[in-house]
Amino acid sequence: MPKPLEVTQPSDREVRVVRSFNAPRQLVWDAHTKPELIVTWMLGPPGWTMPVCEMDVRAGGAYRWRWKSQEDGKEFGFFGKFLEVDSPNRLVHEENFDPGDVGGAMPAGEPAIITAEFKEVRGVTTLTTTMLFPSKEARDGAVGTGMTDGMEMGYARLDALFAEKPS
Amino acid sequence: MENSARLDRTFAALADPTRRAILARLATGEASVQELAEPFEMSQPAISKHLKVLERAGLISVDVDAQRRPRRLEPKRLEEAVNWIERYTEIWERNYRRLDSLLEELQAGAPKSKRKK
Repeated sequence: MPKPLEVTQPSDREVRVVRSFNAPRQLVWDAHTKPELIVTWMLGPPGWTMPVCEMDVRAGGAYRWRWKSQEDGKEFGFFGKFLEVDSPNRLVHEENFDPGDVGGAMPAGEPAIITAEFKEVRGVTTLTTTMLFPSKEARDGAVGTGMTDGMEMGYARLDALFAEKPS
Repeated sequence: MENSARLDRTFAALADPTRRAILARLATGEASVQELAEPFEMSQPAISKHLKVLERAGLISVDVDAQRRPRRLEPKRLEEAVNWIERYTEIWERNYRRLDSLLEELQAGAPKSKRKK
């Protein structure tokens, strides 16, 4: 088994996720850049599908991702541009939140910048994904959005969590 | 946003090995400043400084009525911080487990690939 997932916060606007895969780097890169592969795994919690996955993988190229809840048919997504494409080492894209019909109070405006770095040692690829948010609020809000148990539930649970602890 | 400021304080407080060790000690029961200072070979003022940070973050509380003013763990705040991280971990790990399977399939399929060139 590869090393477990590691989540850290290098600064108050960032979240970093590190994970290793038992596969060569090119394959892990492909799984992140080929839509037909992405839709098989980037699905979040059970009950979501990814009906829209359009990507023009080159610097300045646009992408659009959309997820759909099988339960109530609601959708949300992300969209933006690729900023850096250095195959198979480094992939940087901006990420704007598209609330779709799920809604949500994601702060509009500046996108998050997502940097994925792929490093291979002896057939094991370590993927480091760093998400840089425009503000601390955006970072802390992002965890309650989208890929948690559906947005609303994510928010509701997070709110409930905070509410039960008066400061 | 008050909630995020609170989480920031909590994470900053947790980002220190001595403070994490203090929390681990307090998880076994309340303790006075003196009792906490002993195992760490630190002066009481140094320990007090760490305790202040933990207190401000809401991770511990002081029983001001008792004469030895024992410190107590406030587990709820710790849970809150852990849950935030867990939320990320859960979603990403789900995705990555599926990616593990995909990569395995791709590698297994590669040598006897049907799409021969």
